[in-house]
Amino acid sequence: MARLLPLAVFLALVGLLLFGIHWNAHHEMTEVPSPLIGKPAPEFTLPLLYEPERKLSRAELLGKPYLLNVFGSWCPTCQYEHPILSANVKPLGIALIGLDWRDDPDDAKRWLGRFGNPYDAVITDRDGRTGIDFGVYMAPESFLVDAQGVIRYKRIGMFTPELIERELKPKLAELARPARAAAP
Amino acid sequence: MLPELGQFALVLALLLALVQCALPLYGAWRNDPALIAVARPAVAGQAVFVALAFGVLTYAFVSQDFSVAYVAQNSNRALPWYYRFSAVWGAHEGSLLLWILILNVWSVAVAAFSRRLPAVLMARVLGVLGIIAAGFLSFTLLTSNPFLRHLPALADGNDLNPILQDPGLILHPPMLYTGYVGFSVAFAFAIAALLGGAESGPDPRAADPAGTARDLANWVRWARPWTNVAWAFLTLGITLGSWWAYYTLGWGGWWFWDPVENASFMPWLIGTALIHSQAVTEKRGGFRAWTILLSIFAFSLSLLGTFLVRSGVLTSVHAFASDPKRGLFILAFLGGVVGGSLALYALRAPRVAGGKPFRLLSRETLLLINNLLFACAAATVLLGTLYPLIGEAIGAGRISVGPPYFGFLFTLLMLPVVVLLPFGPLFRWAAADARAALRVLRPVLLAAIGAAVLARIVAPALPLRGLVGVAASLWVGLGIALYALKRWREAPPGRRYTAEMLGMILAHFGVALFLAGVLITEATSVESDLRFAPDATHEVGGLDFRFRGVTRAEGPNYLADEGTIEVRDGERLIATLHPQKRQYVGGGQIQTKAAIAPGVLRDLYVALGEPLDEAKQGNGAWAVRVYVKPFVRWIWLGGLLMMCGGFIAAADRRFRALPEPAAAPAPAAPARPAEARA
Repeated sequence: MARLLPLAVFLALVGLLLFGIHWNAHHEMTEVPSPLIGKPAPEFTLPLLYEPERKLSRAELLGKPYLLNVFGSWCPTCQYEHPILSANVKPLGIALIGLDWRDDPDDAKRWLGRFGNPYDAVITDRDGRTGIDFGVYMAPESFLVDAQGVIRYKRIGMFTPELIERELKPKLAELARPARAAAP
Repeated sequence: MLPELGQFALVLALLLALVQCALPLYGAWRNDPALIAVARPAVAGQAVFVALAFGVLTYAFVSQDFSVAYVAQNSNRALPWYYRFSAVWGAHEGSLLLWILILNVWSVAVAAFSRRLPAVLMARVLGVLGIIAAGFLSFTLLTSNPFLRHLPALADGNDLNPILQDPGLILHPPMLYTGYVGFSVAFAFAIAALLGGAESGPDPRAADPAGTARDLANWVRWARPWTNVAWAFLTLGITLGSWWAYYTLGWGGWWFWDPVENASFMPWLIGTALIHSQAVTEKRGGFRAWTILLSIFAFSLSLLGTFLVRSGVLTSVHAFASDPKRGLFILAFLGGVVGGSLALYALRAPRVAGGKPFRLLSRETLLLINNLLFACAAATVLLGTLYPLIGEAIGAGRISVGPPYFGFLFTLLMLPVVVLLPFGPLFRWAAADARAALRVLRPVLLAAIGAAVLARIVAPALPLRGLVGVAASLWVGLGIALYALKRWREAPPGRRYTAEMLGMILAHFGVALFLAGVLITEATSVESDLRFAPDATHEVGGLDFRFRGVTRAEGPNYLADEGTIEVRDGERLIATLHPQKRQYVGGGQIQTKAAIAPGVLRDLYVALGEPLDEAKQGNGAWAVRVYVKPFVRWIWLGGLLMMCGGFIAAADRRFRALPEPAAAPAPAAPARPAEARA
């Protein structure tokens, strides 16, 4: 039996790679249901990357929807997502907040300096506490938070232009309507 | 007309590859000398046509034939002539052709230098290589034809990715592929041995258990030099790649754990385990199944690397453009070749553990530990590389694990390797005298610890990693040096060092340099992002960097902002650096070109960032990234020494001299080679 082990492991690997091709070809990965959707975003007060003496909190961001994007200079997928954020999310007009997660601020600055900074503000979560509160698995992840501070949509993994068209844009449109209707 | 000829040549090469795999393998099975004899001419013919196709594509680049789509996509009129050659392998289609060309070079070399080996074995080896060639040739023709026309022809092409317009890239891919693809030879030998293993009688194991063992021991001796050479080339390729990334990416790092880097690193790790395991199998007869498995794995990981880079399954900084069709094709091929090999292994693997017995304290045990650790390291890297995919599969989303994962686990696995390494050569086969080895190494241990303490006193700011680097590199370096000295004293003149031993000493010495480089660089590098106003001076790492402003410079196909930075140590000017920020005329891409003042003890590294006062047009302040990186060159120096070790060990006379008597009597039944020298 032991001799069949390498073959079995290899077949499992082939299965995984087949899945990879399939996934790549279809991009049918829907959002993972998160218990946080529809719930208020967790509290946070975190220092700004470029002005560490200043802090940004959840309360200060109320009143306007924003997209919280979890990234790190150590994360290769973030590097891939980065130009898509700049080119496809920025024009949507929504505030883009970067959460520099489990990262050295100097590395993050260098990374943003090298690839450009698409964010309206970057906050640093060096020890990853806020990430845990948000239930972040791994970078990149994005959370759409509405004007009332409620998480409306979550994306695990990178955004692609198609995903932005198909998922993010409708959510944004949705956000614009009921928010106004609900206001007294 | 020529591109069509190139394509025609590829089709002919594919047909010859099919001949090369079908007839000799069938002939070896039926023991038909006429069919067996087809192997060598088929190899030669295939190589001629592949070389022709490669030549045609190169000519299309040099003569700038923009009617060929691939040429138009990857070069333009402004491209200097020397980059027109390297542009051939600048993207997917051409690099695949390079892969095939290199496979053919290996096949021709094996066919030419193995004339003394049993013809049946060689028919199988060349047949297996033919299968691989047929797979890749059909892959090229069906999904990635580099000769497709773009009609009407374009007046000018796009550009070669500027990051690839660099002398380092002329060499890096061919060396890397030579290593990668070279593992196909060890693979072919292993498969040939498996195919032949059960053939010498109705039930060979019952009739002649030693006969199988003999067959399996012989193939290892013949495969060893090829494996060592492949490993050495791979070492060189990875070293060049690391050096290239260091000076072109403007990032100051030398290793990024990027999926594509990992794709070349995994075969290297398994290859390292393999060259050690082969030594045991060849000299002591042990670890036979293990050596076969490692031979299969090393090449499988090369194929897997090819898959990962070209299928788009993993995103990477330097992946090729993806196409699911290509991914499926390689995966099917990978599944067939590797799955078939592993199934064959399951059927034919030597049942007996075999080999001469050994005690717990012996060189065999140490090499077994080496094998396990390197195999685990490769598995760790594989897991980390595939992590985004696994995340997707279990529904956790496309996520990446970064350097913290790799760095931590890798260090953990390599720590025992470093501790045990000096014991390896000092331990004897079968049963070692651990006390004698400890006696030799005790002064080394004291020296290593003493040097770390001294370093702590001289440079109190040196972090723990740096101290460990000093101690570890002395432990390995002095340990190996003492072994060399011991050998010099004890062996009679003229027989002191075989090439194999010399290669081993050099390669392990390379490990010592590498350790010093990595740990000291990581511990003591100084990095600074600075705002430089004209004529401003900043102090970094005890040196004064003075900014002399930015001027316009012009290259053959780019315009650049060129900064001038003078570095002074006190009053003495030690370097004047000219980092550039280039804009390429063809595609308009921007590329940072760092300026480096290299040194044995430290590199000064300066990269130009963004202008901070746009209004002043280059005369204002600039963001500049400054690095002082002590001992960084030692990393690559260590890599080069390891490579030399691999080449020298492969040149050992023993590998060439012994097969002769085997071939002389009867090709079908290899004679027992002389007992391996311990």
